Amino acid sequence: MTALVLLDHEEGRIRKSALSAVTAASQFGDVHVLVAGDATVAQAASAISGVSKVLHAADAQYAHELAEPLAALIVSLAGGYDQIVAAAGAVGKNVLPRAAALLDVQPIPEVVRIVDAETFVRPIYAGNALATVKSSDAKKVLTVRGSAFDAAPAEGGSAPVETVAPAANPNVSEFVAVHLSESERPELESARVVVSGGRGLQSEEKFHILEPLADKLGAAIGASRAAVDSGFVPNEFQVGQTGKIVAPELYLAFGISGAIQHLAGMKDSRVIVAVNKDPEAPIFQVADYGIEGDLFEIVPALTAALA
Amino acid sequence: MKIVVPVKRVVDYNIKPRVKADGSGVETTGVKMSMNPFDEIAVEEAVRLKEKGVASEVVVVSIGVQQAQDTLRTAMAMGADRAILVLSEESPEPLAVAKVLKAIHEKEQPGLFILGKQAIDDDMNATGQMLAGLLGWGQGTFAGKIEVADGRVLVTREIDGGTEEVSLALPAVVTADLRLNEPRYASLPNIMKARKKPMETLNAEDLGVDMARRLTVVSVAEPEQRKAGVKVGSVAELVEKLRNEAKVI
Repeated sequence: MTALVLLDHEEGRIRKSALSAVTAASQFGDVHVLVAGDATVAQAASAISGVSKVLHAADAQYAHELAEPLAALIVSLAGGYDQIVAAAGAVGKNVLPRAAALLDVQPIPEVVRIVDAETFVRPIYAGNALATVKSSDAKKVLTVRGSAFDAAPAEGGSAPVETVAPAANPNVSEFVAVHLSESERPELESARVVVSGGRGLQSEEKFHILEPLADKLGAAIGASRAAVDSGFVPNEFQVGQTGKIVAPELYLAFGISGAIQHLAGMKDSRVIVAVNKDPEAPIFQVADYGIEGDLFEIVPALTAALA
Repeated sequence: MKIVVPVKRVVDYNIKPRVKADGSGVETTGVKMSMNPFDEIAVEEAVRLKEKGVASEVVVVSIGVQQAQDTLRTAMAMGADRAILVLSEESPEPLAVAKVLKAIHEKEQPGLFILGKQAIDDDMNATGQMLAGLLGWGQGTFAGKIEVADGRVLVTREIDGGTEEVSLALPAVVTADLRLNEPRYASLPNIMKARKKPMETLNAEDLGVDMARRLTVVSVAEPEQRKAGVKVGSVAELVEKLRNEAKVI
């Protein structure tokens, strides 16, 4: 069996979650990857350990990973594959269901475990339940959670790169612009440490108190929905059911009460620290270490203690 | 331009879901059910487009059991003009739902479908994309902002590292993310008025759609629960534990 992985990338870098998708796909057998756009990414992909072929969609219509042309391309290639896989990020979640519909397949989103070639485990109800499902479709189309599979090593392979012929472009969509947050910090979904803030941070200005601590720890910064809705930080910081799913070694939650939708996004972290004024905050029920108190005193003290 | 908004009846956002003892699914009997929160956002956006004069009519559709009519009445109380209930088993799969919506398209000829980006029960996040694929239309998923002008819709999408803008030819499919708008509460007079708005009932089979599941549920289980840890009294104690006990810094 051969699986095709849609390898998503950003600013010339392969996303770490895409490397996790390679690991997941290798459980089926041989792995080919599809890179849309960027030729340097296609070159980098040939070095991924466990990849036996790189398909490069070089045509200009694929430059921005738009769903409509990319799904059409995947459908044109699908005949040679038993599984179509992508990371459950913004690209995979946008493109794969469209391709699945065109293939008359029910996709299996956000897979956290591959039991066998037909059977998959995926969270439902914001991770409050885990469903084991068996697919009767001949071809499987699935997205996998990056946090549930180790990233394939980015080096060690030497797969050939093949340019694929473009498929007919549906010509119904145009890329206009992209606005990415400028940050020197690690990517939220793959950071070793995440420092996260909630409503307790009180304002956009005060949210900055987390930055020196994140700098010390080499951490990414995250936020609860309440903090994003209040305008403290942009939406891409959100951790939770509808935001990013993270599973770092260390997750520090400041002023986050711990709604189930937030817990859905971080409860698989190895160590969780919670700081909250409210002793009854539900976040304490999942935290390994908790401090009841004022985060505006604790954050600077913790930053200083790590000197 | 007519807008169609599909809405789903799900376990209420505030209820903690409970896995059935026999592991066959999540308990829905005797549990408060409401409109999927992302669908409320989709309804709100469609109603606002009508209020701005961009849309001429807002039609809401639900595919599911008879009780989904309550969800449709809520959508009409928010401002939708009429409703279509397509009877099927509870919580059909996105592929089947997308096929039903394609059949609704043939009947209604809308210029825009607005859907919630995902349902909070099965967390599939697929129906909008699949419908757009079946229709051959453009898709603006995870929309944080939409503007309709000159036969196109400009969609600002929430993506992993920030936002992206795409321009789609109409007709198109848009899926609503959290921050597209804040849905209104239906007022009592509008709830009363919604009772008199037209609701048509169809059967999925009459639309010629095969509703058979492609995914069979083998089992549903509770995830492993994390145990609460300890509360520490000081920052110094926390640092000591993180260093020597958890060995994480």
